[in-house]
Amino acid sequence: MSARSVTVALDDRTVLRGADLDVGAGEWVTIIGPNGAGKSTLLRAVGGLLPFTGSIELFGTPITGLRRRERARLVATVPQQPTVPPGIAVLDYVLLGRTPYIPTLGRESRSDLEVVHGVLERLDLTGFAPRPLERLSGGERQRVFLARALAQGATLLLLDEPTAALDIGHQQEVLELVDELRRDRGLTVLTTMHDLSVAGEYADRLVLLAGGRIAAAGKPAEVLTEENLATHYGARVRVIPGEHGPLVVPVRS
Amino acid sequence: MKLRWLIAGLAAVAVAMVAGLALGPLRLPPVAVALELLHLHSGLTPREAAVVTELRLPRVVLALLVGATLALAGGCYQGVFRNPLADPYLLGVAAGAGLGATVAIAFTSKGGAAVPPAAFAGALVAVVLTYLLGAAGTRYRTPATLILAGVAVTSFLTAVQTYLQQRNAETIREVYSWLFGRLGTAGWHDVLLLLPYAAVSTAVIVAHGRSLDVLAVGDEEAASLGANPKRTRYILIVAASLATAAAVAVSGLIAFVGIIVPHTVRLLAGTSYRAILPLSALFGGAFLALADLAARLVLAPAEVPIGVVTALLGAPFFIVVMRTVRRGSV
Repeated sequence: MSARSVTVALDDRTVLRGADLDVGAGEWVTIIGPNGAGKSTLLRAVGGLLPFTGSIELFGTPITGLRRRERARLVATVPQQPTVPPGIAVLDYVLLGRTPYIPTLGRESRSDLEVVHGVLERLDLTGFAPRPLERLSGGERQRVFLARALAQGATLLLLDEPTAALDIGHQQEVLELVDELRRDRGLTVLTTMHDLSVAGEYADRLVLLAGGRIAAAGKPAEVLTEENLATHYGARVRVIPGEHGPLVVPVRS
Repeated sequence: MKLRWLIAGLAAVAVAMVAGLALGPLRLPPVAVALELLHLHSGLTPREAAVVTELRLPRVVLALLVGATLALAGGCYQGVFRNPLADPYLLGVAAGAGLGATVAIAFTSKGGAAVPPAAFAGALVAVVLTYLLGAAGTRYRTPATLILAGVAVTSFLTAVQTYLQQRNAETIREVYSWLFGRLGTAGWHDVLLLLPYAAVSTAVIVAHGRSLDVLAVGDEEAASLGANPKRTRYILIVAASLATAAAVAVSGLIAFVGIIVPHTVRLLAGTSYRAILPLSALFGGAFLALADLAARLVLAPAEVPIGVVTALLGAPFFIVVMRTVRRGSV
């Protein structure tokens, strides 16, 4: 995935100004940045869900040149708060992920169902298949959202704040799962995240967005510096080197 | 879709049909009526057989078709607008069709074939107006916002229609009797007038059941899944408005079928539009045929307008739906 000078205006306000971003195949890149920095906007633009200027290429093809269904087979998005249609069963919800393979007026094939059952099994959701999605707990729901994205068979996974609604235990559970899936299935992961330590633990590289521009990018240790976080977040933090990435601890002055 | 609900729907249609044909001033044994329908030896006298096939059959068939079309259009609008309160009448679509039909009756020599296209044009104008009004302005949009816009559009279009009626006094009786639902004068020509519109819109709407299920996750997520929400919405609004207009053109204003039936189906058979749409058509047809039977029998030999029967049942039902919506469980 490669983005060049991507600019997005929403409601006459420029949210993203000339952002450049490269994500290599199999890589995990996490976008961090203060509230309103344009993290979700960048993710939505990469998903082809927003009009933008500049260029975004997926596997060498400009995203604007892809048909909707082709695009949905290459890139799957899990928004921050996915809509849960009332009454929908987990199986039917995950089956929605097969939309780019099912003819507009047709119905799902045996192979679509096989894929869905495979994904449910992989994510330990088989027992939940007939249950209404709205009755599941936060962690279980997040797994179902992931399952729908996996059912799309896309190689690029866009996750907008995948752990925002979860407690610390479920956060780790979901992120470990994403990392396993990434290795098993050769997925590329681009995500936004608020928690800086967690972001640094799991990502190969971090991209720091501030005011719609890319302020810093690189390995977690290069981006998560006390100076960067003071400049762009106005935060006083102590950065402690950790086993997988730097640990960011807020401190009072 | 669960097979048993499909069978239940077909059974409901069969029961409504036989009841509608057997009951009336002349009571006939249901079994004999059913046999007569199947062209088997029924034991009915030629006069009784004529009552069944020539007098009652077109009316029952028309009620089935109109009910099916209205219920299907209602279910379709609910999916398209992601709004459980949507209904061809509450959205102003029926009033638009009514105005279009009135224009056709008032300004063309003999309404007839001009009525459905004129009603369709009116219906489309109305639904677009309602949608624009409902989407404009306020950021605090709730399911009720769209319905409020529909109320405004309905009042406006009804006012224009009343004005036209008064100006063209010689056609007023014709329009008036039509407004309150006129299955009473139904003949095969009405059935033939409605059939092509009903067939096309039903085929289009039922085929889009899965697309409506995808739309249920919202436009942006639907787009990320490779769907084209805008195009789906345009196609379905046109199809549902065509269905409503055709139903209104032959039967006048029959309210609430479009909300009662799809909601009941949703409660019974689940929230997937692949089930809701075809089952709404079946149960909607059965419902209206039975409502028409009630309209004929309650004050016999006089007839209650069928629109009155459906509104008497529908208005309380609507309040129940509104309460469940507020609790967020629909």
